[in-house]
Amino acid sequence: MHDFQYHKPGSVADAAAAAAGAEDGSFLAGGQTLIPTLKQRLAAPSDLVDLSGVSELQGITVSGDSVTIGAMTRHADVAASGDVAAAILALAALAGGIGDPQVRNRGTIGGSIANNDPAADYPAAVLGLNATVNTNKRSIAADDFFTGMFETALEEGELITSVSFPVPEAANYQKFHNPASRYALVGVMVAKTGGGVRVAVTGAGPCVFRASSLEQALAGGLSSSALDGASVSADGLNSDIHATPEYRAHLVKVMAGRAADAAGG
Amino acid sequence: MADNGIGTRTVRKEDQRFLTGKGNYLDDINRPGQAYAYFVRSPYANAKINGVDTSAAAAAPGVVAVLTGQEMAADGIGPLICGWMISSKDGSPMNAPAHPALAVDKVNYVGDHVAIVVADTYNQAKDAAELVEVDYDELPSVTDTAGAAAAGAPQIHADIPGNICYDWELGDKAVVDEAFSKAHHVTSLDMINNRLIPNAMEPRAAVAEYDPGTEDMTLYTTSQNPHVCRLIMSAFLQVAPEHKLRVIAPDVGGGFGSKIFVYAEETATLWASRRVNRPIKWVAERSESFLSDAHGRDHVTHAEMAMDENGKFIAMRVSTIANLGAYLSTFASAVPTYLYATLLAGQYTTPVIYAEVKGVYTNTSPVDAYRGAGRPEATYVVERLVENAAREMGLDPAEIRRRNFIPNDAFPYETPVVHTYDCGDYPKALEEALKLADYDGLAARKADAQSRGKLRGVGLSAYIEACGIAPSAAVGALGGGVGLWEAAQIRFNPTGNVTVLAGTHSHGQGHATTFAQVVADKLGVPYENVEVVEGDTDKGPFGMGTYGSRSIAVGGSAIMKAADKIIEKGKKIAAHALEAAEEDIEFSGGNFSVAGTDKAMNIGEVAFAAYVPHNYPEGLEPGLDETAFYDPLNFSFPSGVHIAEVEVDPDTGVVDIIKYSAVDDFGNVINPMIVEGQVHGGIAQGVGQALLEGCVYDDDSGQLVTGSYMDYAMPRADDLPSIDIGMSPVPSPLNPLGVKGAGEAGAIASPAAVINAVTDAIGADIDMPATPLKVWQTLNSAKAAAE
Repeated sequence: MHDFQYHKPGSVADAAAAAAGAEDGSFLAGGQTLIPTLKQRLAAPSDLVDLSGVSELQGITVSGDSVTIGAMTRHADVAASGDVAAAILALAALAGGIGDPQVRNRGTIGGSIANNDPAADYPAAVLGLNATVNTNKRSIAADDFFTGMFETALEEGELITSVSFPVPEAANYQKFHNPASRYALVGVMVAKTGGGVRVAVTGAGPCVFRASSLEQALAGGLSSSALDGASVSADGLNSDIHATPEYRAHLVKVMAGRAADAAGG
Repeated sequence: MADNGIGTRTVRKEDQRFLTGKGNYLDDINRPGQAYAYFVRSPYANAKINGVDTSAAAAAPGVVAVLTGQEMAADGIGPLICGWMISSKDGSPMNAPAHPALAVDKVNYVGDHVAIVVADTYNQAKDAAELVEVDYDELPSVTDTAGAAAAGAPQIHADIPGNICYDWELGDKAVVDEAFSKAHHVTSLDMINNRLIPNAMEPRAAVAEYDPGTEDMTLYTTSQNPHVCRLIMSAFLQVAPEHKLRVIAPDVGGGFGSKIFVYAEETATLWASRRVNRPIKWVAERSESFLSDAHGRDHVTHAEMAMDENGKFIAMRVSTIANLGAYLSTFASAVPTYLYATLLAGQYTTPVIYAEVKGVYTNTSPVDAYRGAGRPEATYVVERLVENAAREMGLDPAEIRRRNFIPNDAFPYETPVVHTYDCGDYPKALEEALKLADYDGLAARKADAQSRGKLRGVGLSAYIEACGIAPSAAVGALGGGVGLWEAAQIRFNPTGNVTVLAGTHSHGQGHATTFAQVVADKLGVPYENVEVVEGDTDKGPFGMGTYGSRSIAVGGSAIMKAADKIIEKGKKIAAHALEAAEEDIEFSGGNFSVAGTDKAMNIGEVAFAAYVPHNYPEGLEPGLDETAFYDPLNFSFPSGVHIAEVEVDPDTGVVDIIKYSAVDDFGNVINPMIVEGQVHGGIAQGVGQALLEGCVYDDDSGQLVTGSYMDYAMPRADDLPSIDIGMSPVPSPLNPLGVKGAGEAGAIASPAAVINAVTDAIGADIDMPATPLKVWQTLNSAKAAAE
């Protein structure tokens, strides 16, 4: 690990100021990606702005029709929240399936979606449930937030403060684990929302995406049998030693079917 | 028998210490004034080194020294050795390349060692390593086992044409070919035994220290065999003379074979500590372990079994290409030859066998012994052939084995491939395993799975292994460069408690417990009063260490022999004190008594008399401290039958092991709890090989693709079912404990059992690891072929 300047601000404003004042600063949320990256010397930021002391980024608020999660809320807290489970069980279950207990006790929702790892779980929740990402500057719709591999709509120095999830009529997340890393080789969130059926896929492509062919097929009802004639194109999907694009495309349909059955049943 | 004697499930003495963080592993060791080492490694699979500029690194903050292969060669250190000579079919000796600990003019795999950077702190060493400028000419590389010896493959060592180390054979090809010509049916199979990365929990590490006053050197190292390490360091690498070098292998967190060998890092660290006159610590990062620990397996094999009309095996023919990596590691040459082909008879009466093995070099980390070492590869070949033969002949897989087992009255049984098996009861183990696995209920379970859209399959594996590698003369005749005896010392202290100094080494096996049980049982002293000391060349007698499931069969026998000497001397002391003739003294339960009387003396009292010899036999040496060296009469031959039952999800290709049954013959068992733990761990590793693990190098660049746990899939608890274990012991007549060894069996038996189950489920052949992707692709191909 290379040396860096360490900051621990107490407010969003101070955090933003610290980042703005740095030559090549980086926010540190749960550190579950950044710390290993630093240890492997694959990143060398001049400054780390640790967000763990910013209390306004913490916490879960459930109102009648939405669940708002502070950016620095740990996965374990979302997984354990009875309020979240009561409102959006699929979201609590997804958080409880991220990584291992150590990761869940450190990792945060803000850190996860800001990093936008192609195999992370939370992007599927944000996109599939049609959430809104709130930052210190604006609110960003999920469909506009994830722009590419490890890329988001966040601007330089822009800090996620919370994520608001509208409560869906039904939703379920199914993950097929990478046998080595246990990240999502394919993860599919199927949700029936006020705006229709949404199917968000993580792990399969360079960035989380909506499977429109599956959304159309499921529009008439959440059931795997509705997917019988549907197909997912392998074009542009990831290829590695664990899965070919064709296998990933196949798994998207299988996992979507299982999620549909679980959500619909 | 004492509560903690032989056969009891005694809780491990060492666990309290390990589980409460009181273990003493390499990284726990720090010496005053210690500096830290970091290695500059090759980023290329194959490259010429034009020059190494260390000036910027040497000037970096905190740097003590930056040393290269040039300086090492100038000091006369090395090269690293391979201790087993194999000869090719034509009688020529194997081609062994120069193996400098630090490369001089060429690097041959990604991770190969170029320089050692020593600095005040670890981070300084690492920072400085980035400043070492190596001028490379990158060359084309070859990492593929099957392609290494192909025409036009990139040459790795200029003096070794075709990248061929040896082209070895065992058996009479003409006789075997003749038998094949008369076969009723021939089953043939192409198989890959996938390359594995050992992944011991504790990475390799070394702390080296030089005392300029005495000129003594001390090396703390993660070794399975510290005396052998010292011998190699002194006799071959010239780092220090044997009597001035102390090698200490403290608590070591797993080895699986990978810590048998003497590597570049501890050699360079020890050498550098004297050059800079400071203690130096080196601890591998996990990514360095992936790159440079000796890997395991990596065979490409074509095998055939010839049968008569009754499914009786009449001949077997095996052709294997074995990947040895870029250099020959310490025992690499023996693993795919004498530890492999000599096990191809399995548990069967196959009368004639021919095996040929081409050992090839590739631009990969060296390959050497890994849990089972050659024997898992042999069992995989034999048991997959046998299972397929049964299916092709329309026989039940259990029945074809029954028809071919070596019968109980045939022991000792000489196989056509070197070994003479001492004893066994193969049919009994099979029947017990079938019962444990509820084999009779299989058809109903398959039907039930089918109704749920799943594919269920069962696979058998009737394995044999050769443990306790020995006797020394036989090992020597086969090309081994060492004797493979073991040594032990039993030291009664004047107060009657006992220190056992053993030449073996425990890195997870539980010797502190098992050996104490043996000594407590044999000498009638309280188990709590027996302390086992291993892993320090300045303490115990020279020993050969722990590998090949040899510790109890060979090391335990040495302990028994030393105990016999203690009893023999004790009888003399007791006879004198009890005023009886030595012949009238009987020893039992820790007491020396005069036969037919109530006159007796406890062994503790005898020990005290030996150290305070006021009333003592004339001419007898004081002290009760005996050392024994034991050279075994033969290998031991554990065997058993493992049965795996799997369910495959055709929608995803996921294989779920529903049930796993293992019946093993380890001979007598000292501590069933520890042995069952060994079986569990071995099966976990075998399941890892069968379903998850596979080392992958990039074909073009030679980069290690599976260089971290992100891509190298280790087995986890939820990949395994609860394992049903049965013991079916036939005590070995060839050693005093009647033991056979249990460390490797699980890893030997399980890959074939699991893959046989998968092929049964999916109705098609598949190579390891049977990942979801591969299973799905295989099902698709089978479906396409059927349409």
